[in-house]
Amino acid sequence: MITVENLTKSFQGVNALNGVTLDVEAGTVLGVVGPSGAGKSTLARCVALLERPDSGAIRVDGTDITALDGSALRAARRQIGVVPQGDSLLRQRTAAGNIALPLESAGIPGPQRRSRVGELLDLVGLTDKAASYPDQLSGGQRQRIAVARALAANPSVLLADEPTSALDPETTGSVLTVLDRARAELGVTVLVVTHDMGVVRKICDDVAVLEQGRVVEHGKVLDLVGDAGSRTSSALLPAVDLNPINESSYDRVADVVLVGFAAVGALLPEASHRFGVELNIVGGGLTRLGETPVARFRLGLNGERSDSALEWIGEAGGAVQRSLKGPQGVAA
Amino acid sequence: MRSATPWSDVLSYLVEATGETLYMVGVSTVIATAFGVPLGVWLQLTAKGGLRPNAAVHRVLGFITDLGRSMPFIVLLVALTSVTRLIVGGSIGSTAVIVPLAVGAIPFVGRLVQNILSEVHVTVVEAAVTTGASTLRIVRSVLIRESLPALINAIGVTVIALIGYSAMAGVIGGGGLGDLAIREGYQRFNDRILWSTVAWLAVLTTLIQLGFTRAARASDRRRHATV
Repeated sequence: MITVENLTKSFQGVNALNGVTLDVEAGTVLGVVGPSGAGKSTLARCVALLERPDSGAIRVDGTDITALDGSALRAARRQIGVVPQGDSLLRQRTAAGNIALPLESAGIPGPQRRSRVGELLDLVGLTDKAASYPDQLSGGQRQRIAVARALAANPSVLLADEPTSALDPETTGSVLTVLDRARAELGVTVLVVTHDMGVVRKICDDVAVLEQGRVVEHGKVLDLVGDAGSRTSSALLPAVDLNPINESSYDRVADVVLVGFAAVGALLPEASHRFGVELNIVGGGLTRLGETPVARFRLGLNGERSDSALEWIGEAGGAVQRSLKGPQGVAA
Repeated sequence: MRSATPWSDVLSYLVEATGETLYMVGVSTVIATAFGVPLGVWLQLTAKGGLRPNAAVHRVLGFITDLGRSMPFIVLLVALTSVTRLIVGGSIGSTAVIVPLAVGAIPFVGRLVQNILSEVHVTVVEAAVTTGASTLRIVRSVLIRESLPALINAIGVTVIALIGYSAMAGVIGGGGLGDLAIREGYQRFNDRILWSTVAWLAVLTTLIQLGFTRAARASDRRRHATV
């Protein structure tokens, strides 16, 4: 749906983007994360068509939109709904009036505009605030109106730049729910730029990690968490080494990542039973990525067939990340 | 010591002079707004970080604007005589004063407007840009509408300033309240006319200020009251 190809941008000789390449599948949510100064904002501004990249392309449905001007540029902007960073609503307009702005730009006539605004207010759950002014709304409500505005002109891509940075955890949840609904109900492709891994945890299908203007990691969240060395797994999964363990009391010690209800619930007891090994969870825990339960456990195994048990877990869909004790690389 | 001017005469003097002042100030305010607001918009659009940044245009506009603002009004009044004659067909009287008043006020309004428009937060403007709105629409629906209360106040400030400038209208026979106070009051030692005019000017400017403050407040849709 939207692809970013080899994007570069520098400001006064400082490279903000060093050849960024990304690909977001239609109807999915990509989270772009990274430390401050990694180039997240610049990337967001380029995708929002507020900044022209020095080189590279941004394609929506195959068409490069970086080199457009005039009315073609304005039409392309309507393809990309933007939730800007910070307060961006018109304070002299009601919530409904703010949502109507992109529809006015698109030349949609009044009656259609009103019914579309009604749909969007419903989508973000603020129908009762239609006539309220931004100053009468809470930060979370304002941000949801900004999302509704971004979606008004039926864009194929929704870009949210730090949509939760100024919000408390509770309102963050309500804004993320709205983004998730937009994807689910409107089929829009979502690109969220954020420094908050919690956003990735809650709504992202894919993640791209940006560092010094480069993508250093890019893939499906549920795939990346199985990779021990990935930044995504270390940021999202429970720590396994909080409690020091006495390794000598086990024949094998290994970390495993289990993804999904079936794996989390059944894999370990099954392995223990099948291979007759004693299997202890000595560290780690359970978390949720979107709707999917994901566990990372540090296991201590005792029994002759410990290696076979670990191998079997790997084959059955668990990711055995490393064997801390015993032969390395027992399973993939 | 001659007898004081009867109050009924003072009143008719005041009525006539008020009419002249309101005419001169009213028409020149309309003209100054009609040209000054676009000037301010243009200054802001071409400014660094504006919607159409253009350093060269901005510098030239800014230079002309500040040149206009630095000119003492009394100098403008006489310097523009030939221009005035060209436009209104004469160089004396109330109508003739309108030309220098408007010319003097355009750069004044322009700077005020630019300062006010620059206060509209960049995030708000950029959000409108990302909706695919044209520059004209952003100027109208975002820059001007968002700062309308401040713009109305600025026009109010301009009116009061022009009432002040119009006191010099007497130099080219423009009449008005300032002229009345100087010519009939001060120069003829007529304290009754002088102080009546001063008092009336104070009341008049207060009323005008009040009116603009009210209008500005009425145009402000932000309501901080509880929902």
